[in-house]
Formats: sequence, structure tokens, C-alpha cells
Amino acid sequence: MSLPDGVERRPFDGRERLATRGEPVYGEPTDGPWRLWDAGRSKLGAMLELGLDTGLVGGESVLYLGAASGTTVSHVADCCGPTYAVEFAPRPARDLVDVAEGRPNLFPLLKDARRPETYAHVVESEVDAVIQDVATRGQAHVAVRNRQFLRDDGRLLAVVKARSEDVTADPDAVFERVLDELRGTYEVLETARLDRYHDDHLAVVARPRTTD
Amino acid sequence: MTDESLDAGWFRGLDPGDPDAARDAIEDGRADAPADWPGLAVDAGFADDADDYYDTLHDAAVHATREAVRERERADDQQLKYAIRAMDDAERTANELAERVAEWAGALFDEAGTGVDGARAVADRDPDTAAERRVVSLATRVVDLVDEADDCRAFVERAAPAVAPNLSRMAGPVLAARLIALAGGLGDLAKKPSGTVQVLGAEDALFAHLAGRAPSPKHGVIYTHDYVRNTRPDDRGSAARALAGKLVIAARIDHYAGDLRPEVHEELDDRIATIRARADS
Repeated sequence: MSLPDGVERRPFDGRERLATRGEPVYGEPTDGPWRLWDAGRSKLGAMLELGLDTGLVGGESVLYLGAASGTTVSHVADCCGPTYAVEFAPRPARDLVDVAEGRPNLFPLLKDARRPETYAHVVESEVDAVIQDVATRGQAHVAVRNRQFLRDDGRLLAVVKARSEDVTADPDAVFERVLDELRGTYEVLETARLDRYHDDHLAVVARPRTTD
Repeated sequence: MTDESLDAGWFRGLDPGDPDAARDAIEDGRADAPADWPGLAVDAGFADDADDYYDTLHDAAVHATREAVRERERADDQQLKYAIRAMDDAERTANELAERVAEWAGALFDEAGTGVDGARAVADRDPDTAAERRVVSLATRVVDLVDEADDCRAFVERAAPAVAPNLSRMAGPVLAARLIALAGGLGDLAKKPSGTVQVLGAEDALFAHLAGRAPSPKHGVIYTHDYVRNTRPDDRGSAARALAGKLVIAARIDHYAGDLRPEVHEELDDRIATIRARADS
């Protein structure tokens, strides 16, 4: 599977690893202008590393839900276009602002991804990709509510965390429930467990279901 | 696009050079649906072109989010949260280092005590050798950390009654701060069901129970409260339940009203007295 423009596999310590070009964020290893994108720290990185067809080619407009400290979103902003980063918790958002400071195409927003009406006046319509990594119950609901930002042939790249939905249930049952709810609004194109890098996480690639 | 959607954009009526107005617009504004904001902003004359728009948006979003984060983090209940966590960290680290000091000092000095008191005694010594200088210096760090933890505790004891008067009176300032920290803030605590507050701090036991491996925990950090700890084991579950129920009510009063209400404290005292009276019958 081809990587988006701006993301390359480069040798770090003798291993081919993902990398993007940008200002380092958390002390990651660098190689000239390239900095390591660690699939063990980033679920989107893991999706690319595992070869999922994310549909990203580089330069996209992106709505990123659950940006946290900005580790992953910094790499997204390195290879994509306008990137809106929504994070709800103040402490990680403090770091996110620092990451955004030096990236003119990264717009940090201290907002609740479950309430899109509080940021629809800032985030543009028809974005190419919605990337979701929220650790809250109702992850499918968040994806459904944020469908309105995505263009009809855009991509939802979601990471579903089983433990955020129900810590005691079997992860497979949780994933099935979340996917069922997603299918009302999205057509699920591909799913993959990220267990090699992240326990009990399911990656989902989907596109909006259109009426016509 | 209709005029209404233009109305709803964050940049409506905004001077591109006014960061504070932009901050308010981003923080407080809302819209029913997104629109082609970059295009509309250019049409409205807010920006020369898309790049110009994104530059302005970037500066506005960074400024707005930085200020919003600062404001949220500066809130007093958040300060309490940091202070109580720092206090626990300092105490834990001091105890850990004190063990190291005891081990090391025991090899150098004849009568080296253990624990923090032992470290205090070592810190007061006059070192003669290079090794002694190191261990005395390390002991001094332990003493400093213990002092820091005490200062944090004093801060919590002073700040908690101002932030949460009812909760602090009922639980004591330290436990009140701990509950606020575990919940994430006073507002978060006020929104929790009492059954959750009852087991805050006993998450491991709770999840073991939910996974079917253990009985349900009777109490979390509220165990440190006299009403739980000093009630006989058979009645501790009842006492913890009663206490948690009133603690949540106290937190709700503190968060939504803020005045001190003696009734709720008397009700709890009565209830605990009833529960404890079971032991005599």
C-alpha cells in the first residue's frame, strides 16, 4: 500500500520506519529533516505501518478528533493540508498548542468531539478525512455526529478502543457493536486489529454512505 | 451558500487584527453545520485568499486555545488537584529515597535509623569522607522533599475549604482534594453518582469485580474517613454508602451553590450514629 506524500520509510537504527518532515515534538529520533513516526505511540502510524488503505495521498484537509498532546496530529499536519485538531482535556491541549504553534496548517481547538455544533463555526465543510481517536464511551456516535464535516467520498479513519466502551466486555463484541452503529452512516471498507502495537484497538476505514 | 451560514462563521464581524475578539468568537461561537469558511471569508473580505485566511485562523486558534487552557487549568479546583498529586508524589519519593539512605548510611555509620526520621538524623551529620558527603547530601534531599510535601499539605488545607466548603468540612480538606483529583475536578465530582464516589480510588478492585474475579469493593479513598475506618467491619459497607451519598450532595452544593449548609452534615452524623448503634444491639 502506498504511503501518503510526505510520509516515507527511512532507516532508523537499521530498521525501516515511518517518518515525516517537521519540527520535532517529543524528542523523537531525527534524520536530517525527517523525524520518526513511531507506530507504537501513534495509532494512525500503526495503521499505515500495517498497510491499511487509508486513502490518504498527502495534502488533504483533515478534522482530527481526540488530538491529545498532538503526537500523531503533528505528523498528520506534516503531510496534510489544513488540519483541525479537536481535544477536550486542558492538560494535553496545553502540549497540543505548542505543537501547533510552529505548524501554520494546524488549528488546535479545545472542544468536545461529541458536540460538533461548538466547532462547526470554525471547521470547514467537505474535509477529505476525519481521523478519530477518542477515548470516550460512544465512539461510534462521535463518528456519526461528525459525518457532517466529511465530503461524500472522503474517509473516516477511526480507532476504536474497546476498553473505553466497556472494560469488562469481550473486545470483539464491543467492536461488533460499534461497527453496527457506524454502518448506519458509513460504509465500512476495511478493519484491522492493531494488537501488534496497541492492545484492544480496532482500526476502521470507512466512507460516508450516500443516499444516491 | 446562504447568508445564514455566513452569519455563523467564527470570523463574522471580526477585525482580523483583534486576537481577543477572535478568541471569544472561537470559544463561544457555534453553528448548526459547517460551511466553506475559507471561501466565505474571502468573499466577505475578511481574508485576501485562502492562505491568508488559514494564517489568520492559525493565529486565532492557537491564541484562543492557549488562553482557554490556561483559564481552565488555573481554576482553583484544578490547583487543588495538582497540589494533592504533588504532595503524594513528594511523600512517596521521600519514602523511597529514605530507604536508600537507610541502606547506605547503615554501611557507613554505626547507628543509622530508618525511614524519614533516620534520613533527618543522617542529614544533620558532618561528613568526613566522599561517600559520607554523598549520603548526607541525599538525606538532605529527603528532608527537603518531606518539607515540600508538608507545604503542599498546608496549601491543600488552606485552599480546599475555599473551593469546596461543604465537601471539605465533611471529608476534611485532604480527602476532599483527593476526591476532586480522582474525579478530575469539582464539577466532575458533582456529576458522579454516589456509587462511583464510594469506590473512587478502588478502581483495580472494581474492575476485578466487574470481570467476575472479586467481590465488589466497599470503599475507595473514603476509607480514610473516620466514619468508615472506625465503624466495625460488618457495617462498613453501610457507612461507606451513607458517607458517599452525602459527599456527593456536598460536592453538588459546593459546585452549584457554594454556601455552607449545616443540615447535610447533621443528617450524615445522624445516619452514621444509627449505623454504629447496630453494633450495640
